[in-house]
Amino acid sequence: MQDMGEALQLALALVLSGDPDLLEIVGLSLQVSLTATAVALLLGLPIGALLAITRFRGRDAVLVVVNALMGLPPVVVGLLVYLHLSRAGPLGFLGLLYTPTAMVIAQTILITPIVTALSRQVLEDLHAEYDEQFRSLCLSRIETIRALLWDGRYALLTVALAGFGRAVAEVGAVIVVGGNIDHLTRVMTTAIALETAKGDLALALGLGLILMAIALGVNAMVQAVRLTATRAAHA
Amino acid sequence: MYMRTFSAAALAVVATGVAAQDGSILVQSTTSTQASGLYDHLLPIFEEETGIEVNVVAVGTGQAIQNARNCDGDVLLVHAQDQEEQFVEDGMGVERHDLMYNDFVVVGPASDPAGIAGMTDAQDAFAQIAEAEAPFASRGDESGTHSKELQLWDSAGVDVEAASGGWYRETGSGMGQTLNTAVGMEAYTLTDRATWISFENRGDFEIAVEGDEDLFNQYGVILVNPDECPSVNAEAGQAFVDWLISEAGQEAIASYELDGQQLFFPNAEG
Repeated sequence: MQDMGEALQLALALVLSGDPDLLEIVGLSLQVSLTATAVALLLGLPIGALLAITRFRGRDAVLVVVNALMGLPPVVVGLLVYLHLSRAGPLGFLGLLYTPTAMVIAQTILITPIVTALSRQVLEDLHAEYDEQFRSLCLSRIETIRALLWDGRYALLTVALAGFGRAVAEVGAVIVVGGNIDHLTRVMTTAIALETAKGDLALALGLGLILMAIALGVNAMVQAVRLTATRAAHA
Repeated sequence: MYMRTFSAAALAVVATGVAAQDGSILVQSTTSTQASGLYDHLLPIFEEETGIEVNVVAVGTGQAIQNARNCDGDVLLVHAQDQEEQFVEDGMGVERHDLMYNDFVVVGPASDPAGIAGMTDAQDAFAQIAEAEAPFASRGDESGTHSKELQLWDSAGVDVEAASGGWYRETGSGMGQTLNTAVGMEAYTLTDRATWISFENRGDFEIAVEGDEDLFNQYGVILVNPDECPSVNAEAGQAFVDWLISEAGQEAIASYELDGQQLFFPNAEG
């Protein structure tokens, strides 16, 4: 347990010194995972909403599949993306392997099912509540989706946070498609993996603490936005 | 509103995609050269001299060669001579150069359950570990170190497959991870000396066996063949290979020390 105290000290020293390498790594972590979350929301929310309000044959099967995809193993996603982006793969001509873009793609694939499945559940519950009202207003499908997404926005923020949390914490996908290249594709989780491989467990743990602090910061910011917005709405 | 968010996200994606520049190369590498800090020492010198940026993907030798076979790299720097020669023979590499060497060591817990501490014959030591059925942690990942280890078991006449899951434990992971695991379960393991010297989580582990000719560890460097892989930055890649095996590069390798010990010994011809 002596590592724990040392890790805390190292984490504090690193943060206080404003280490430029650390800032770069933290910055890239946020850039990649926030971009992946944004794209996953753009894809997942409309699909989730559509699934929430439509009934069709085989819908149950689709829901089971979408829910199961929440458990996609990151390293498998990484391998699939690697095989496509590799120079020997179908998209190799793009030259995207070992770039932050490749990491965004992998994380987007990883978390879009999470956003889709969770938003579907949230919006379906909401829809059940408002169904009669919507009917009486004769809303079109698009209008219904728009109204649901707006009314469910606070719950959907939590959905977004779940997606972001999964993205920023995973290592299996980004290490395969990003390659953990110093000053190019190294993010918090791959840096932690590298320090672990060097046997520098205290530094690895210290970086882990910083990563958790960042996640806490993002969540606190979202919470603050939500509180301000609800207060403004009730004022 | 959707469109605006979308274009913002698209912009962010595009903005992150500007990694591959003309003046940069990608090296598919074994892990020991990164974990030991050699690249942190070498690359700034090379980049200063040439302005060529070197990016390193450090994976096991087996995976590095496979990635290079997929044309995902300009230069290959690994340590498994047979596989390297095969790579060149298959037309995937231009030419293989000896680069440097160090040696493998067998490390184990201070309690030394197989009684091999101080032995200088790796083959005998391996036979004794098998005899005692003392835990041994293997990389199990087709890396350069793993293939060396399998050669040693073979020459010691030990069938490790039969013992897998018993005293013989394959971690299927990199050198550092395997060392962490070995320390955790008090198992012997084979490691290159550079990774061992730079490894910080040694617990009470010590070098048990060293100094055998069989433990020699040769590193090689190869330019990936631009005829097979048009994406290869041949000019910059060749410049890196040429520099590594030049007097300046060899001196830079020799000058890398950790705790007062030289980690790699240059031996390029020329």
